[in-house]
Amino acid sequence: MSALVLILRREMRLALRQIGDSAIIVLFFVLAAVLFPFGVGPEPNMLARMAPGVVWVTALLAAMLSFERLFTPDFEDGSLEQLALGPAPLEMVALAKAAAHWLTTGLPLMIAAPLIAVLYRLPDSGYGALMTTMALGTPTISLIGTVGAALTLGSRRGGVLLSLLVIPLIVPVLIFGTAAIDAAIGGFPVRQHLMLMGGFLLGALVLTPLATAAALRQALE
Amino acid sequence: MIQQYANPARFNRLAATLMPWFAWPAGILIVVGLYFALFNSPPDYQQGDTVRIMYVHVPAAWMALFVYTSMALSSAVGLIWKHPLAHLSAQAAAPIGACFTFVCLLTGSLWGKPMWGTWWVWDARLTSVLILFFLYLGFMALQNAFDDPARGERSAAILAIIGFINVPIIKFSVDWWNTLHQPASVVKMSGPAIHSSMLIPLFMMGIGFTLYFCALLLLRMKTLMLARRARGMSMAQLHQQTAE
Amino acid sequence: MRFFGENLSCVRGERLVFSGLEFAIDPGTALVLTGSNGSGKTSLLRVMASLTHPTAGHLAWQDGPVADDPERHHNRLHYVGHLDALKPVLSVRENLETWAQLHGGTDKKIALALKKLRLEGFENIPGRYLSAGQRRRLSLARLAASDAPLWLLDEPTIALDAASVDAVRTLIAEHRTAGGMAVIATNVDLGITETTTLNLLDFAPAEEDVWEGVT
Repeated sequence: MSALVLILRREMRLALRQIGDSAIIVLFFVLAAVLFPFGVGPEPNMLARMAPGVVWVTALLAAMLSFERLFTPDFEDGSLEQLALGPAPLEMVALAKAAAHWLTTGLPLMIAAPLIAVLYRLPDSGYGALMTTMALGTPTISLIGTVGAALTLGSRRGGVLLSLLVIPLIVPVLIFGTAAIDAAIGGFPVRQHLMLMGGFLLGALVLTPLATAAALRQALE
Repeated sequence: MIQQYANPARFNRLAATLMPWFAWPAGILIVVGLYFALFNSPPDYQQGDTVRIMYVHVPAAWMALFVYTSMALSSAVGLIWKHPLAHLSAQAAAPIGACFTFVCLLTGSLWGKPMWGTWWVWDARLTSVLILFFLYLGFMALQNAFDDPARGERSAAILAIIGFINVPIIKFSVDWWNTLHQPASVVKMSGPAIHSSMLIPLFMMGIGFTLYFCALLLLRMKTLMLARRARGMSMAQLHQQTAE
Repeated sequence: MRFFGENLSCVRGERLVFSGLEFAIDPGTALVLTGSNGSGKTSLLRVMASLTHPTAGHLAWQDGPVADDPERHHNRLHYVGHLDALKPVLSVRENLETWAQLHGGTDKKIALALKKLRLEGFENIPGRYLSAGQRRRLSLARLAASDAPLWLLDEPTIALDAASVDAVRTLIAEHRTAGGMAVIATNVDLGITETTTLNLLDFAPAEEDVWEGVT
């Protein structure tokens, strides 16, 4: 069996044994989104107008909370050393980690997103774009978050620092994610936005494993 | 061992020689530039005297980008050739760059009040600069987040390079976002064509700021080297004590 | 095949730990690293594993430098450090499987490894219920669960009872008989015979102050 499959299987096995970790992230996503109407009032038109932004921003914040657990346990118990000494290059380990993160966090967030959209009365024409942008955007976020997690590994400030590093880098995903949904609701073409998001995903897929592997090497050094 | 890559003592002598060549022209250019900017250039036909904020705001914006570029370059040199002074230079440049970025945001905000009647507008340029400011803060926070300083400088170096690749993408996204959400009636900062009587003091300020940055960078690098030497000495002492 | 290092030096936390270090290991031999705390035993093992890069010098096998093909080097070694690499939520067998399968270990070898380290009967116990000694043994079981010519062991007998120390000694002896090599960092006498000893203190560098000229 190839090393990538073995590592992915290990990650999934560990994640499924600790499924509560993923569930709590999704729960945070829903709770944070539910807070907004209490702050701004329940006026339906305003909520519908806010829907794309709220779904995307809260999904990003929820994802931020999940990144710290990505490498820290493996770093502290020595598993990361063993992964680094395995037959697969660290770039592949980084890719497997990001894939496992998406499967256990990005995908559940994506599945929960329409639920929040319903609460906010997102117009029907927006759902297709919502799911497509989530499908393109959440893997990009998993990949960028993996870099942030590797860079802050073993630092004194952990999670908060990680958010400080990652948030500026994912602004483009947020901009085009919400813009595509807005365009779909307004009846404008969304193709251009989706292609850009696809471009971000491809770019992240190529570049982030290199950066993550470089950061992990520094952490193990 | 480290000498084969760089010699701190030689750098120190070079820095001492170069320092006056940066510091004096910087001081003169900034003073003369400010005189032209404040007293000897025409007020804008539309904005009046507020346009004079530009002479600090625009060079500060240039510096914000210039310093980040220099940080990314020295970080790359540090990672690829393991040149210890390169990391030191990135580390020394970061707070200076963050200060220029902050000055740019502050003057932008002061400029915005009379122009737009509000302290902050989500203008594409200001928003991009704000994100750049966060990139600076992230770099400095990451640098100081580790017990092992060597780990901090290498991780921060990787971040600087990632940030550098991202800056154009962020700029593009924010510009795009801005045209989508803002009506065209908002006055752009680059609005009026700039007359040469304004351009000359602007360039003087720009060059003055650059030289000021170089002088400050040398000074900070020297301070950091001294701090490192002090750390090395106390560590050697500790090691001697445990050996005894 | 011979594994050797030439003119190695290593900086940890801005301090030069050792310099000018040379070593060579041949099939069937064992190298014991000694030296007081902080002398760089763990650093040297991590350099040998290529987890840490030496500041100067190079590592090589007879058929080529480590730096040319790090993955090939990884496939030739087992590293058992201070950390166990065990997951509390996985069972004893699953924990061992994770690492053994990455290095091509079969189910049969995994079962045999558990037997050799006296972990029979514990296969389905989750990692979180293991004692310090059992965790250590499970970590050492990686050595027997898949083949690699070079073993790098950092204080392998810490937290082990006498019977388990015997088991480890037998394991190393078998490995050497089969033509394997072992590098063992330890300050206690493990009772392993015919070893070469390398004292890290012999390579302690003279204190040098690279920032001296800065005033």
